[in-house]
Amino acid sequence: MGLAYPYAAIVGQDEMKHALLIAAVDPSIGGVLVFGDRGTGKSTAVRSLASLLPPMAVIAGCRYNCDPAAPAMPSLCELCASGGKEKAAKKKVKAPVPVVDLPLGATEDRVVGALDLERALAQGVKAFEPGLLARAHRGFLYIDEVNLLEDHLVDVLLDVAASGENVVEREGLSVRHPARFVLVGSGNPEEGELRPQLLDRFGLSVEVKTPTDIAARVEVVRRRDAFEHDPEGFTEKWQKENARLRRKIVTGRERLKTVEVPEAALERAAQLCIKLGTDGLRGELTLMRTARALAALEGDPVVTDDHLRRIAPSALRHRLRRNPLDDAGSTTRVERAVAELFGA
Amino acid sequence: MSAAAHWSEAVLAASLFAIDPPGLGGVSVRSLAGPVRDRWLAMFAQLQPEGAPLRRIPLHITDGRLLGGLDLAATLQTGRPIAERGVLADVDGGVAIMAMGERLTPATAARLTAVMDNGEVMLERDGLAMRLPTRFGVIVLDEGVSDDECPPTALLERLAFKVVLTDVSVRDTEALAPTRDEIAEAHARLPKVVVGDKLVEAICGAGAALGVASLRPTLLAVRVARASAALAGRDEADEDDASIAVRLVLVPRATRIPEAPSEEEPPPEEVPPEEPPPDEQPPEQPPPEDDDEDKPPPEVDKPLDDVVLAAALAAMPAGLLAQLRAAQFMRSRASAGGRSGAAKQSGGRGRPVGVRRGLPQNGARLNVVETLRNAAPWQPLRRREAAAAGREEVEGGRRVEVRQDDFRITRFKQKSQTTSIFVVDASGSAALHRLAEAKGAVELLLADCYVRRDRVALIAFRGTGAELLLPPTRSLVRAKRSLSSLPGGGGTPFAAGIDAAVDLADAVRRKGETPLLVFLTDGRANVGRDGKGGRAQAEQDALSAARVLRAANITALLVDTSPQPHPQAQKIAREMDALYLPLPYADAKGISKTIRAATPSASGAG
Repeated sequence: MGLAYPYAAIVGQDEMKHALLIAAVDPSIGGVLVFGDRGTGKSTAVRSLASLLPPMAVIAGCRYNCDPAAPAMPSLCELCASGGKEKAAKKKVKAPVPVVDLPLGATEDRVVGALDLERALAQGVKAFEPGLLARAHRGFLYIDEVNLLEDHLVDVLLDVAASGENVVEREGLSVRHPARFVLVGSGNPEEGELRPQLLDRFGLSVEVKTPTDIAARVEVVRRRDAFEHDPEGFTEKWQKENARLRRKIVTGRERLKTVEVPEAALERAAQLCIKLGTDGLRGELTLMRTARALAALEGDPVVTDDHLRRIAPSALRHRLRRNPLDDAGSTTRVERAVAELFGA
Repeated sequence: MSAAAHWSEAVLAASLFAIDPPGLGGVSVRSLAGPVRDRWLAMFAQLQPEGAPLRRIPLHITDGRLLGGLDLAATLQTGRPIAERGVLADVDGGVAIMAMGERLTPATAARLTAVMDNGEVMLERDGLAMRLPTRFGVIVLDEGVSDDECPPTALLERLAFKVVLTDVSVRDTEALAPTRDEIAEAHARLPKVVVGDKLVEAICGAGAALGVASLRPTLLAVRVARASAALAGRDEADEDDASIAVRLVLVPRATRIPEAPSEEEPPPEEVPPEEPPPDEQPPEQPPPEDDDEDKPPPEVDKPLDDVVLAAALAAMPAGLLAQLRAAQFMRSRASAGGRSGAAKQSGGRGRPVGVRRGLPQNGARLNVVETLRNAAPWQPLRRREAAAAGREEVEGGRRVEVRQDDFRITRFKQKSQTTSIFVVDASGSAALHRLAEAKGAVELLLADCYVRRDRVALIAFRGTGAELLLPPTRSLVRAKRSLSSLPGGGGTPFAAGIDAAVDLADAVRRKGETPLLVFLTDGRANVGRDGKGGRAQAEQDALSAARVLRAANITALLVDTSPQPHPQAQKIAREMDALYLPLPYADAKGISKTIRAATPSASGAG
């Protein structure tokens, strides 16, 4: 693919950029859905995320990027959990955080993993060849045009994204391995809508719009043009800004555990969800986690109303019950509720 | 613009495209198959570097051929997996021609655009994971006749040029193209060419003034300006290049008419003669643009914008923009998409839902990859067995032994999809009583359709004719939008409404889906097929249209929305063999409930 466009050089689209950073700080938020106009840099942003993420520690030689700090089975692969290698062999190495593309036209066997055809044909060995879900473990799984993804692949994703574990039972293979990833989807609503179940798997949902401000448009075109003209030089130029964002993620992660979520904030979150009539508790949970990640990212020690208010549209807009009679978009509905509750 | 001028524009587009096919994305060529298009393609082939691939991709190409996959013949022969490169990887450095682009499914288009965007094929298929770098341009042959037939917007967005050859005859194809050497020279010059900040601003300004929302065309326009400068042998793009770029790339995508760029010049545009009614504004147009219209255009203080835009506009004949705008409007409405659109059309065999053991008989399709995969682990064993049994090694040694147990067939789940077509009487009489309720009912039904993932379409009739407000779609957003802008008032051309519904239902059926017609009307036809008033004739026409509907054997219901059940509506319902639902005092919820109860196909798990 060559060099990716530097993340920091993306003009505007703050909500999207923020959401991705939040997901990087706290992957348990469960993914980001980016929906909106064409040609707004949706895929550019996700693809450039890889260069931004600080490397992570993995168990050396593990095919599933197992985390050395993970306690036991569901979060470790069978081999690492059984201590197949002695404790001493559990060496830590640094590896880049995977940002894995799930291209349209992928077949199921490559997504979940399947029999290694090469070894089976050549050596007659029954071996498991991990798929994209394995590769995305502890990283990001990106689906462009997510609303065009075939149904049977959506089914697979739904199950794995919920359980954090990929269970393969096919071709006489029985394999399970951890697959926790931040699901990132992008698409254009005109091409069709997403199943509610899939929507629910995304922690945050952001809307992107084409910038209408001429200055911003000129800047987008100019930077893109400069990047294409001289990718190395352009990336170099933005190196510093990218590094700053990376440090922000690192410190955000460190701070995450210490950020305090006061009782009042929890109550506020619950009130907001009740007011909007979101299904289940997931909305509250995401809202709370996202607000915490936002506070950590910005270096605030305590979650405040301000965090909640700013993050509520992204965290809740895709969880509202569909109401075709309400002409107001879901964003407006969330904002309205926020304004009523927090007193604008 | 004369036909010859059309042609010379087409030649210019081809020349610029040939300079940088991957950078400029491509050309969509709107024309029926014929000598003119052939000549254009031949001319383009002459401009390409010697030996550059020019591959035609058929409409129904499979993922395996498009992206790549397992080469089964070779795999079987050698006994180890051999990857096969897809067409998109093979066309690296050249140009792919998509035949019959107007029939291209969003799914295929999305695969194509993903490869164009990434500059590589990401192959995750059949146990293969590969990255195949490929950079190519695309020519889309668009044989659409009506305005709403066009290639998927996602693809058109990434193509710099749109060439229209419909009005060009062979006699007009005189304009000379540059030579291959000139193009090669321009290509070599391209990296050096600078597009100044002022020009970039001018192009962006023109894009905004023309209401081109997406930034991709604007980016393409900058690249076209660069290519144009390179072709002219300049190292810096100038105003002319920018004008060419705006004219070729942005003007055909215009969604609105910019205000006259400067006072001295007469506005190059007349006010469009057929301004669509205000309630049918292009739904795509983002709201902020509407604001712009009352503000002075932002390029007032930037003279270069004026020059570029004025030059581009002056080159256009009056009325063209209005036409284009109408086309754009149609396009935005018609870009029917939907998840897994391709699966539904693949010969009506439904979508694959996994494989199972079985023999490829009775039309069941052998899934070769799965079969091989099942046979694979057993090979050494079987070879040993074969050796032990004294059977001789086959010539060439390592052949894959496949036994009957290994056969896997693909299971398809065929789910005939229902498309509910709402035919709403928006005439004055209906508007008086029930239009609001009818709208409400349709909205409730839309919600049901959303849950069942049915598709919906909306036809309204009023005044002198019927209009397709919403082609079959699954997008709730669009359905809502077109419904809320449903106008009311005028006569009741019931016959026209029925005719339009039958046409659409027929089209839906040809796609292998099941149409369901829901009429909401008071049945009091007073406008005939010829668009003239007159109750008697109108009723005759409506009855004969109803008979056509019955002959076509389409499931229909008629909801009588008049205050008292009316014999006329009942008569027409009988004639069309439709379920008749008089709803004198029901509200929206009532209508919705009755319809759901009355249509097992709609209420059941479709």
